Amino acid sequence: MILITSNDKKRDDDRAFDDIRPLKIEAGVLERADGSAYLEVGGNKILVAVYGPRESYIRRLLRPDTGVIRCKYNMAPFSVDDRKRPGHDRRSTEISKITAEALRPSLMLEGFPRSMVDIFIEVIEAEGGTRCAGITAASVALADAGIPMRDLVVGCAAGKVDDEIVLDLSEKEDKEGQADVPIAIMPRTGDITLLQSDGNLTEEEFEKALDLAIEGCKEVNKVQIEALKEKYAKE
Amino acid sequence: MKITPEITRKSITHLINDGERADGRAMDEFRDIEIETDVISKAEGSARIKLGKTQIIVGCKPQIGEPFPDTPNVGVLMTNGEMLPMADPTFEPGPPSEESIELARVVDRCIRESEMVDLEKLCIEPGKKVWMVFVDLHIVDYDGNLFDAATLGVMAALMNTKLPIAKYVDDEVVIDENETMDLPLRDKAAMCTFVKIGDKMVLDPAREEESILDARISIGITESGNICAMQKGGNNPLTRENILESVKIAYSKVPELLKNL
Repeated sequence: MILITSNDKKRDDDRAFDDIRPLKIEAGVLERADGSAYLEVGGNKILVAVYGPRESYIRRLLRPDTGVIRCKYNMAPFSVDDRKRPGHDRRSTEISKITAEALRPSLMLEGFPRSMVDIFIEVIEAEGGTRCAGITAASVALADAGIPMRDLVVGCAAGKVDDEIVLDLSEKEDKEGQADVPIAIMPRTGDITLLQSDGNLTEEEFEKALDLAIEGCKEVNKVQIEALKEKYAKE
Repeated sequence: MKITPEITRKSITHLINDGERADGRAMDEFRDIEIETDVISKAEGSARIKLGKTQIIVGCKPQIGEPFPDTPNVGVLMTNGEMLPMADPTFEPGPPSEESIELARVVDRCIRESEMVDLEKLCIEPGKKVWMVFVDLHIVDYDGNLFDAATLGVMAALMNTKLPIAKYVDDEVVIDENETMDLPLRDKAAMCTFVKIGDKMVLDPAREEESILDARISIGITESGNICAMQKGGNNPLTRENILESVKIAYSKVPELLKNL
């Protein structure tokens, strides 16, 4: 049972309503990939690799005026309690699509016509909020790959648990909660590049959740920047 | 790369910036909606919806199945969609595309999360047998805004669905085809989709408008006044104001949409 009766009361993992889970991001963790990142948030462990920009070998995707991106989000069979059948399912296909759309506005691929950037997101262990964590990590990996960007893209969710709007839902809160609003933003402009809502919210609750999630994104963004500084500032 | 949208982009964007649309509608105006129910007699529930020239046929088929182990006394409701190659020259046969999976999942979320179907009433014998209701979307003509058309079509089909009475006797399910019950519905929902073109948010995008959209947002709202699903699409961002403005308009449009049922 999760008890949140006022803003001072803690959630069942001792967080306040506006706390994100402990977060760690590392840039450049893979040898062969052009860019990569590893992210842990709460019990989530996510690895992202980026290849490209490289020549698009899929002709129907290529565009003569700009580069394109392709994203594959995948969950490892051992990442969840009941073994997940390997391969793509409908959920991962949808997440791949919205992740690509969330990241695309940040990338300046006009200088790479007919090219393709591949983003591979592997969820090694899942504990709620993997799509946002995947986007956050992928953006760091894209920066690590040296792809020109307007801004980092950062994801975070807010939701409704026991009638309270709270930030960054854990797996348990997501399962027991009443609503989940994952978003992604580009922090410099505040532009929203991903928005979903799942569950029941009133208009006021939605606005509150949206604003809380935006604040959460800004927190996560600081960790993204630190991770890139850690890798590149001293070299 | 599609060439035509690049050519029409300018003219459509110009029109919209001047507050006009190619088909003469207002920015927050739906196209004509036509709903016909009971169009498939072999299906337990069905509907044909036309939103402008977009046309979708929805069928509901219940099956008896086993409940999920973690929810032994709850029935199952599943929505699937297929963008048939007949609906548009660019739709390909073969495994479902990302677009069609997104469509089905967003519509499914809107119906499921609104909790409009009382799934506990679909239980026949706890832990043993439940009704599994499969809702299949057949997109036969694509002229833009599949999300809103599909959601309304599913709603119409669900309201039209009759389940035979099933009883659990001596470890067996006995179905009485002569007696039926309505699908247990306790709420309704509809979806409003906006696209951002230039700086404006435009409701119910036609195909041409959809082909040049900067960003899209679909908002599902229940008759009881809750936001039950939302999804952003498109390769460009939306502002916080874009989203809140769209939510406001959606709230005013949903009762209008539900009147069609």
